[in-house]
Amino acid sequence: MSTAVEKIFARTLGRRVEAGDFVEAPVDLMYFHDGTGPLVLKHLVEEMEVTSIPHPERTVIVFDHSAPPHNDQVADLQRYVRKWASKLRIKYLYDLGEGICHQVVPEKGHVKPGQIIIGADSHTCTLGAFAAFATGIGATDMSYALATSTLWFKVPETLQVKMKGSLSRGVYSKDLILYIAGRLSASGALGKTLEFSGPALASFSVADRMTLCNMAVELGAISGFCPVNEDVLKFLRSRGAHADFTSSTDEGAADEVVEVDCSEVEPMVAAPSTVDNVKPVADVEGTPVDEVFIGSCTNGRIEDLRVAAAILKERRVAEGVRLVVVPASREVYLQALREGIIEELLKAGAMIGVPGCGPCLGLHMGVLADGEVAVSTANRNFVGRMGSKKARIYLASPATAAASAVEGRIADPRRYLP
Amino acid sequence: MKIRGKVWKFGDDVNTDVIIPARYLRTFDSSVWPQHVMEGIDPEFSKKVQPGDIIVAGRNFGCGSSREQAALAIKLAGIAAVVAESFGWIFFRNAINNGLPAVECPGISKAVETGDLIEIDLEKGVVSTPRGILQIKPYPVFMREILAHGGLVEYFKRKIRGD
Ligand code: SF4
Repeated sequence: MSTAVEKIFARTLGRRVEAGDFVEAPVDLMYFHDGTGPLVLKHLVEEMEVTSIPHPERTVIVFDHSAPPHNDQVADLQRYVRKWASKLRIKYLYDLGEGICHQVVPEKGHVKPGQIIIGADSHTCTLGAFAAFATGIGATDMSYALATSTLWFKVPETLQVKMKGSLSRGVYSKDLILYIAGRLSASGALGKTLEFSGPALASFSVADRMTLCNMAVELGAISGFCPVNEDVLKFLRSRGAHADFTSSTDEGAADEVVEVDCSEVEPMVAAPSTVDNVKPVADVEGTPVDEVFIGSCTNGRIEDLRVAAAILKERRVAEGVRLVVVPASREVYLQALREGIIEELLKAGAMIGVPGCGPCLGLHMGVLADGEVAVSTANRNFVGRMGSKKARIYLASPATAAASAVEGRIADPRRYLP
Repeated sequence: MKIRGKVWKFGDDVNTDVIIPARYLRTFDSSVWPQHVMEGIDPEFSKKVQPGDIIVAGRNFGCGSSREQAALAIKLAGIAAVVAESFGWIFFRNAINNGLPAVECPGISKAVETGDLIEIDLEKGVVSTPRGILQIKPYPVFMREILAHGGLVEYFKRKIRGD
């Protein structure tokens, strides 16, 4: 009896592995971005004095945090990353404008079920949506892994969320994960793998699974995980990634099981300033809003933009509100163009940003002033996250965000849906 | 290894955005980071803290982003150790990797207040507080070695590569 994550480590190491074991394991895929990259490469090249790495073909860099750079210092750090990426012969560098690492890495076919993946970014847990063990680590760990192609792990226990029922109209995977965060708290899955399962999982698209796994770290989890289904395998095949790991957690192997009835979930927000301060939209409706951000690795995919456009079509963003929309990748942007979504959003008054992280982390493209309120589809509403320490951030689904942009106040999206 | 110092106490779920916001990270000038440490909770903290002081916190300290500058800002501010009920996974790794002892100690947040003197004994696995002695979870051997080398970079150079 094993969990899926135990099976992944056992497969790689060729021996039985149990949760709680400390193991040193080879990593199949390593990635980082322009935010963590400078420190990763400085540790590697200048401090560890490593100038060639054993597996440059397992390494991916995506420029997403400041796309394009917002000052000369950042431009210089990005140049530093490019220079060393080339000297180290790192095989894959997706430069500015390609999108957010957690979106681009699976889109470009780098992810396969059963892999052990590390990313120098906390939301690497997103890739658990493809039945990989994917975890965020810091710069020094990444340097060590680049130098040795291995890293130590504590094999995590699994907290399984068994989902049944179906989401009602106007309620999305984002509302569900906020609801789960509210129930379990910001440390509810501390040190564990947060695994999504149960009969409802079949109805969740690849995008939905990425949204769910993306926020696993906000509950303290080391990684997120969904077992594969035919949709996921089809997505992977279309990217040239062929799966040879289709296992899931055996019944009874998870350390903890929580049951969730999807039909009970309504549109939710995480109110300032913690991700587990979750309330139904109804409780905060009417709160005046200065900025709405639709994008990020949580909710910047084509499915999210479609929902936003359906609400904003033939309507206008309320006066005094800035709506910033940032597609998660170039591919998403192009698809949105083809579907006429970008035109609808622009006509409604949105500003469209360069694919990347956008205002999610408070660097550029929509930084908040003292006392301002934002509705954001991203994953963190911490003090100071999007600019001023005195700004307040509500996390919500793209539908709630779009409805709030229309009203200039936090609004229930169900009024706007057919 | 024994660490003795004065306590600064914080609550649960202290995240990396309040330890150090992203806008201070886009530089190699590491002297910037300790100037803003814990700014999101106490803007004066960097001025008040003394070398050798210890941070005590509740559950899930360092949750949030993977930014290693959170651990570095604390270390470069002169903090000798962080003792918490529990840690965010990435912060915990980053702290050990940079030679900053991150000590998991259930019960600590009830046992001490800001200004108390405490002593951490990593060999014996105890923390002595004015209100009694608490047990800590021992580190696995390799983690002790990483700390003894002052961090993962030196551990790599001397232990793995054998410089
Ligand atoms: S979109 Fe936000 S949360 Fe996602 S990787 Fe970028 S900064 Fe991090």
